[in-house]
Amino acid sequence: MERPVWAPHGIDLTRPSVARMYDYYLGGSHNFEVDRAAARTALEVWPDLPMIMRANRAFMRRAVRFAVDSGIKQFLDIGSGIPTFGNVHEVARAAAPDARVVYVDHDPVAIAHSEAIVADDDQTSVLQADLLKPDDIIGSEAVQRLIDGGEPVALMLVALLHFVGDQDSPRDIVARLRDALPPGSCLILTHATNEGYADPADEERDVYKRMGSPLIMRTRQEVLSFFDGFEVVDPGVVFYSQWRPDAADEEDPARYSGYAGFGLKR
Amino acid sequence: MSQVPPGPWAASAARTDDGSADDGIRRFAAIWSRVIDPYTATSMTRAELEEHLLPLTRRLAAILESVPFDVRPAKDIGRAMVQAHCTDPQVLSQSLTVIDAYLLLYRPPAESLPPEAARGHLARLQHAFAAGFAEALRDRTLAEQEAIAHASLAAQARAERALHASEARFRALFEGAAIGIGISDLEGNILDVNETLARMFGGRVEEFRTRNVNEFMHPDDAPHVWKQYRELIRGERDHYRFEKPYFTHNGSAVWTNLTVSLIRDQNGTPQYQVAMMEDITERKLLTDRLRYQATHDPLTGLGNRALFFERLAEAFDSGDESTRLGLCYLDLDGFKAVNDSLGHEAGDRLLVAVAERFTGCLTGRNQLVARMGGDEFVALVVDPDCPEEVAGLARRFLAALDAPVRIDGRELSVTVSIGLLECTAASMKAAQMVQAADITLYRAKAQGGNRLAVFDAEANAREITRYGLTTRLPAALEEGEFFLEYQPLVALGDGRVMGAEALVRWRHPQQGVLGPDRFVALAEQTGLIVPLGYWVLEQACRQARAWQLELEQGAPRINVNLSVRQARNPGLVNDVARILKETELDASSLHLEITESALIGAEDQALDALRELTDMGIGLALDDFGTGYSNLSYLRRIPVHTLKIDRSFISGLQHPDAPGNPRDEKIVAGLVSLAHTLDLAVTVEGVETELQAERMRALQCETAQGWYFARPGPPDRITALCAAGADRWTGGACA
Ligand SMILES: C[S@@+](CC[C@H](N)C(=O)[O-])C[C@H]1O[C@@H](n2cnc3c(N)ncnc32)[C@H](O)[C@@H]1O
Repeated sequence: MERPVWAPHGIDLTRPSVARMYDYYLGGSHNFEVDRAAARTALEVWPDLPMIMRANRAFMRRAVRFAVDSGIKQFLDIGSGIPTFGNVHEVARAAAPDARVVYVDHDPVAIAHSEAIVADDDQTSVLQADLLKPDDIIGSEAVQRLIDGGEPVALMLVALLHFVGDQDSPRDIVARLRDALPPGSCLILTHATNEGYADPADEERDVYKRMGSPLIMRTRQEVLSFFDGFEVVDPGVVFYSQWRPDAADEEDPARYSGYAGFGLKR
Repeated sequence: MSQVPPGPWAASAARTDDGSADDGIRRFAAIWSRVIDPYTATSMTRAELEEHLLPLTRRLAAILESVPFDVRPAKDIGRAMVQAHCTDPQVLSQSLTVIDAYLLLYRPPAESLPPEAARGHLARLQHAFAAGFAEALRDRTLAEQEAIAHASLAAQARAERALHASEARFRALFEGAAIGIGISDLEGNILDVNETLARMFGGRVEEFRTRNVNEFMHPDDAPHVWKQYRELIRGERDHYRFEKPYFTHNGSAVWTNLTVSLIRDQNGTPQYQVAMMEDITERKLLTDRLRYQATHDPLTGLGNRALFFERLAEAFDSGDESTRLGLCYLDLDGFKAVNDSLGHEAGDRLLVAVAERFTGCLTGRNQLVARMGGDEFVALVVDPDCPEEVAGLARRFLAALDAPVRIDGRELSVTVSIGLLECTAASMKAAQMVQAADITLYRAKAQGGNRLAVFDAEANAREITRYGLTTRLPAALEEGEFFLEYQPLVALGDGRVMGAEALVRWRHPQQGVLGPDRFVALAEQTGLIVPLGYWVLEQACRQARAWQLELEQGAPRINVNLSVRQARNPGLVNDVARILKETELDASSLHLEITESALIGAEDQALDALRELTDMGIGLALDDFGTGYSNLSYLRRIPVHTLKIDRSFISGLQHPDAPGNPRDEKIVAGLVSLAHTLDLAVTVEGVETELQAERMRALQCETAQGWYFARPGPPDRITALCAAGADRWTGGACA
């Protein structure tokens, strides 16, 4: 679909938004009836979704802490969604009070909300941009201002890349971002998969497809390929709950239907 | 992982009942966190959650012990749950279950309180807890709803501002653009155009708003413009680009570089089309003029070579192999004479007149006549309607020159020769076709001109071989493909071998041994004759010297042919002298044979060179005498020693029984006596029979050459003949 470059993205509140649906799964009320209706449809065929999202969030928290423990205090969180609680800046700040975060999302409502949340916070900024145009992100005022190019950065692509089809060359995009990172930086990434578990996702994917954000399941091998140029730390690319868990979890890890990984750029 | 049955927990808790008070609190918090964990959206680990619930548990226990009993703090604890992001309704019901089952168990109330009263307190505590939770959840939901509504409003306002700004930018762009811009719907109704576009057409903006794109057709539109237009509005393509002319309001044409783009909505449904056009009229006129100049002959206004080859290539590239093509290659007869006698200006005017007449012969748009250069023209017929069309055109060309052309009050008669060729695009390549027509033209010329020759595959093949030989000649010389044969010259008086004529041969790798008739003329044309001639001369001299060393007194002299070009080559004298020196041959042993044509028109300088050669002691023979002009005046001007009478005179004498051709014999007799009068020796060529030899002897010719004596052969044949001695061919010795 071609649109003139100068035309801004309009806001259509009659369509569900990925960010607000996600908030609903997490028990938030930052959503409208269209979002809830869409989310309920998805939940009918895939009731595990809230549990999966929580596991995803829990991984994110562990990974942010791990990054801080590795000496990384700058975070570029792309596809950050609607900040509810346990956000990157809260988690990071709890471990390192001087941590800085740039939140990036292309959803204008999510962005407006994030701005309201971090309005008085000069260690956090918010940027409306599209992952598909990585140079817009790298060159943005927000990134230039908050991120010190000489210090390592945690690039976070959490529950994001499964919305990017191969036709948009996600690997090239990740590589472009990686090349902009100084050595010692890391990539924190999660991605939906249907490996190892009966696929209940077809219809759920349909929900997203109708919204114009089709959900793309990828294999472990494919997810691993996003870590090109990164050294994946132990235990590698694994199901959410298997990544450096805090406590034992009896659940079948494949049920979380998502891979997580943490890579270091040398 | 959902409902945790309280049973086993109750059992394990009961066993540790005697522990410290705080131990009970811990146990309670552990159970509580375990049970609600699955329903919390918090990213706290379970251990953290338990840690978080510990003070809340303590406060719950404290409420039960409060005196007087005050249930209000339970509300705050319910609230605290929501603040800890435990917002799922299941959290409430699970918490109430846990409180109900374990709180009294782990924190037994004071002895003073009867069990029913304790239960009552517990129930009230639960009610307050639930109310607090519900209140907090409602507050939070409302707050979040408000927050998100705010956010969406803010986002919307921002989008609108951005839209507004972009619209303003677009407006400025639209209005200020140097290119014409027009917008229309998918039916082609024009919605808006900018000033520039209106000015380009010489109209006003409002006038366009009532018009439709379909009204803007032009007869010179490129063939696919409207097809691509329809594809665009159907959404099958996103843009197209053409050079397109439009009628302006005053009826003239404005040429534009047009780009049309389709605008779709967010769902990809086509909405509008935007046309952007740049006025390229000036540029177009200029390029048209430049192109015209590049493809037309300035003198006659006909298409030129470039145009012809372009059209030919188009016909060949049309992709249709069955396309028939007709080609006439035309060349005026005797044009050079007009140019030479009346001057170039008259020649040019003649060409203009002829071009006009040729143009008048064309009958269809599929026919083109072009000037190739000089007095050569070419006519191309693409896909002739009938087999007769091309021949008909050629005949009209011939007839067009029937009437003389008046130039400067003078009536000039010109005629034309035409080579005609018809073929399909599949059967030949373009270059082959032109070459074939050219070759065919030369057949028409050779037959006397003013006629039409039709392509003949066999004649063409012959010519192409000739052409092939020409191109191979230089390599042949380098690769040593030439060799010499020698034919003896016999003294008719005593049958001695007086000399030997060196004859060049070409051992062609594909075509075998070729005689000089096949290639000397070609070498003469290309100039290769000069190096080839010297090569022959050197070989022959070396051979002559070899015979001298071998046969001493009996060695023959050597006759070598000198071509026209060689004879006129300024280095001739030096080169011959050098070769004699290198081969150590004395000049008197060398005879050079030249033809009359070498002398005709020769500059004095060339004649001087010949004189110098004879001064050196070299003999000079005039070859093929009697076939050309036989202008005896040369004989006065150059020191020829010998006349060689052409074989054609001898062949008339060939039938032994027939009286022969008395005329030929008389001519030969006349030539011989003439030569003798001038003190020249005579050699006859082409003696094939004893009778002929007899007659020539009777006429007192000095020497003879021909098959009767010997065919040309390798040098050792000459050695053998010389060694065999005289009298071989006298008195029937050879019969
Ligand atoms: C499922 S949420 C993930 C939120 C958060 N990263 C987490 O894992 O908790 C995905 C987010 O990615 C955003 N998103 C999707 N495609 C995007 C793109 N091309 N550029 C930027 N953001 C995008 C959506 O708007 C949404 O907020």
